[in-house]
Amino acid sequence: MLKILKYSFFDLIRSRWTYIYCAFYLILTFSLLALSNDLAKVVISLMNIVLLLCPLIATMFGVMYYYNAREFTELLLAQPVRRTSIFLGQFLGVAGSLSMSWLIGAGLPFVLYGVFGSAEAGNFLTLLFIGVVLSFIFSGLAFLIALKNENRIKGFGLAILAWLFFAVIYDGLLLLALLLLNSYPLERFALAASMFNPIDLSRILILLKLDVSALMGFTGAVFRKFLGTGFGMAVSLVVLAAWVLLPTLGIRRLAMRKDF
Amino acid sequence: MISIKNLHKSFGKNHVLKGLDLGFDKPGTTAILGPNGSGKTTIIKAVLGMVIPDEGSIEMYGKSVIGQWQYREHIAYLPQIARFPENLTVGELINMVKDLRGQAAKAPQDEALLTQFDLQPFLDKRLGNLSGGTRQKVNIVLAFLYDCPLIILDEPTAGLDPLSLVNLKELIENQRAMGKTILITTHVMGLVEELADEVVYLLEGRIHFRGTPAALKEMEHETSVERAIASLLRKQKNQVSFSANGHSTLKVTLSHT
Amino acid sequence: MKTVFVLLCVSFAQFLFGKTIEVCPTCPVSSIKQAIQMAHACDTIFIKKGTYTEGNILIDKELTLIGEDYPVLDGQNNTEIITITSDFVNIIGLQIQNVGTSYTQDRAGIRLKKVHHFHIKDNRLFNSFFGVYLENSSDGIVEGNMVKGKATNETSSGNAIHMWYCNNVLIINNYVSGHRDGIYFEFVDHSTITGNLSEDNLRYGLHFMFSNDDTYRRNTFRNNGAGVAVMYSRHIGMFQNIFERNWGAAAYGLLLKEIHDSEINGNTFRENTVGIFAETSNRMNCHGNEFTQNGWAIKISGGCQQSRVEGNNFFNNTFDLATQMAAADDSYNGNFWSDYNGYDLDHDGRGDVPHRPMKLFSYVVGKTPEAMVLLRSLFVDILNFSEKVSPVFTPENVVDKRPSMKPFPLKGARQFANRLPFTASIGGAVDEAK
Repeated sequence: MLKILKYSFFDLIRSRWTYIYCAFYLILTFSLLALSNDLAKVVISLMNIVLLLCPLIATMFGVMYYYNAREFTELLLAQPVRRTSIFLGQFLGVAGSLSMSWLIGAGLPFVLYGVFGSAEAGNFLTLLFIGVVLSFIFSGLAFLIALKNENRIKGFGLAILAWLFFAVIYDGLLLLALLLLNSYPLERFALAASMFNPIDLSRILILLKLDVSALMGFTGAVFRKFLGTGFGMAVSLVVLAAWVLLPTLGIRRLAMRKDF
Repeated sequence: MISIKNLHKSFGKNHVLKGLDLGFDKPGTTAILGPNGSGKTTIIKAVLGMVIPDEGSIEMYGKSVIGQWQYREHIAYLPQIARFPENLTVGELINMVKDLRGQAAKAPQDEALLTQFDLQPFLDKRLGNLSGGTRQKVNIVLAFLYDCPLIILDEPTAGLDPLSLVNLKELIENQRAMGKTILITTHVMGLVEELADEVVYLLEGRIHFRGTPAALKEMEHETSVERAIASLLRKQKNQVSFSANGHSTLKVTLSHT
Repeated sequence: MKTVFVLLCVSFAQFLFGKTIEVCPTCPVSSIKQAIQMAHACDTIFIKKGTYTEGNILIDKELTLIGEDYPVLDGQNNTEIITITSDFVNIIGLQIQNVGTSYTQDRAGIRLKKVHHFHIKDNRLFNSFFGVYLENSSDGIVEGNMVKGKATNETSSGNAIHMWYCNNVLIINNYVSGHRDGIYFEFVDHSTITGNLSEDNLRYGLHFMFSNDDTYRRNTFRNNGAGVAVMYSRHIGMFQNIFERNWGAAAYGLLLKEIHDSEINGNTFRENTVGIFAETSNRMNCHGNEFTQNGWAIKISGGCQQSRVEGNNFFNNTFDLATQMAAADDSYNGNFWSDYNGYDLDHDGRGDVPHRPMKLFSYVVGKTPEAMVLLRSLFVDILNFSEKVSPVFTPENVVDKRPSMKPFPLKGARQFANRLPFTASIGGAVDEAK
């Protein structure tokens, strides 16, 4: 698997899309930093962006890479290599190169601006971490969708839909549910619902850093326990890990069964 | 060496292989022929483990290969379409395959092959920038890189210039002389006539004919394999013409040579 | 100022005319009580280093008590320690500890009963139920004391500096922590609280009840249960204070309840759940303040009229403003809002597009607090945007018609925080006491 990962990764590292993606983050971060010298503000802006873009790009990239690499995959399938290694290797290659673009693109400007000496270092690392995790989760989901669908158009469509669902629709439905069920105790429901969406989950991790003042204002015991202590952080991390693991297992399972 | 028993495979509603039995024990070249959709590629892919059978067994050296992967080091495979990761160079691709095959493989013969197919100047070129024919040559080099007892060639001649074609034929002959088992699918009947010791003719997921090219010609009273196959097809067409979609499933491209 | 002058005269007179009595465990006079008995008005008692467990010490003469190297007066957890019933008393440099909790009486480390012209200075009060307790006392100074408790719940704890029916008192440069309220004012008028640090108290860092015409400035209130509460009072000036990290369900940097004519200028509100919470408070005048990373910078509930929020900086608050309705004579103009994204074509430093600091999501969270989990989500941003374009739910007149393009250079609380002279020294003392 490591060999496949190595080759997918180096293949992608040379793709111009990787450079464009990396350059995009570089330019974005540098210009944000140039516009406002306040590291805290830039971290906040980037957090909004990372929640939106990292999943979107990872989804698109994942689907695109899978379909483009089909013949390559067939070549590999005829080699004495374990099937699951091929797909997991490719998936990790995509997720890895995306993560690297992100880490360099967003990280380098901050490091040059001296983030590690500032109070924002913690938030900054959270930001980088979340970008990486989201890249893994969504490229995994994209691989899963692509593996399921031979038809490129359908695969792309479903992948975009999945992104849209997690990025916007899910939250809309959740808000609607919260407003409609206003008279019931909703704490557990609201928290549980957020667990089922990796974007929401990452967002909450960010909130725990940025908006802790507001979050501490909750009256409910569950919220207080969840948001006010390390407990929430721990649970979020565990669930995020599950979110990375789940598509990975899905890829494994599908890879075992699929015909080429 | 390899034995396929009662192999069934459907893709959706399309029942491609219906209880196929096929074995190869002796060295020599076998051409697997049949109309489009008759299951040629499916058999090959099943042997390679790319397609997972619904039913039946595939054994190599007496061991089931289903769900396994190590056995593939005994198989050289030339796929139908030569498309590779675009950002790798030819040299890197070859090194990659070597790397993947690892120490288990016997001595690679890339130098000789590269020279034979005039690929030396392309070693540092990115695969994305190569022409179709050149890529097919790379494809061939990759397939013959290792000394494997079983060689599977899926439409090996597509897009090759005459010189490379000759080289390829030579290569196949050499391998045969070395006592390899070689399976070829092709629509180029000339190739069959030239190379094949044996012909397997597939129809609707079953073996319709198996024997030497000479036997095939004799059976159909024709002078060439091409004509014999055409005659076989014609008969078949008449037999199944009552079926509404028989025409489309049996439509065959008997290509030019 | 008059108070200070009188006090100076008194002190001066003591050195000129009074005599001095030394107390130490091995001296001829080894007990403070004995010394007080021997002393006459205007005498000074020097208390040397040592531990004195003499129970409740009554000071009923015009005396000055000066401790050398913080002599310890220990109440052994069952008694009030110093009770002052005479005017013109100075208590300087004592370490008073272990008053002990009582549910029947409000014991204190130092109690002043119906006196005036007092000076309580540079004392350390540890683990006192009530620290300095002033009742019906006026014209005095409580200065540079450290009052540190270990309160764990509100019912069994007292206030660090407690004042009841007082007038014209200065509370300067004290450090108060670990009590119920840091500084408590009830019926206290014309008094000033300056340069104190009040932190880690269970309830309020500073608590005003029914007190008028008072001013507090350059204090820091940090990490108290609910911040600073100013209730049922008039004409309170709040200048250049720092309110920070007051977190919790009912926590505020500053709570205004039935406060009329308040002046809130030059303060810094940082990382509070709510920066300012105003309830039935009229004529709140709030300008030149800085609100940074609060949950809600300002929350105004019903019944507030003529609020003026002008010339403030709002940086990265989760919500800048939440209010149910805005009266016609409220003003939210001319502030700097960090999330304002208008433009300034005429370069007058004011945005050309009005800013609406009240977001739809703020309204939604008001109705359904659990919706907070959706904060900063794309969907909520879309909602906020559409509401911004055409307000439906949020009060239409909560608007800054000329928002500032740049933050104001506020010279108030922030710089002061760096110069806070006593914080460092007190901090050291705290470590020592531990």
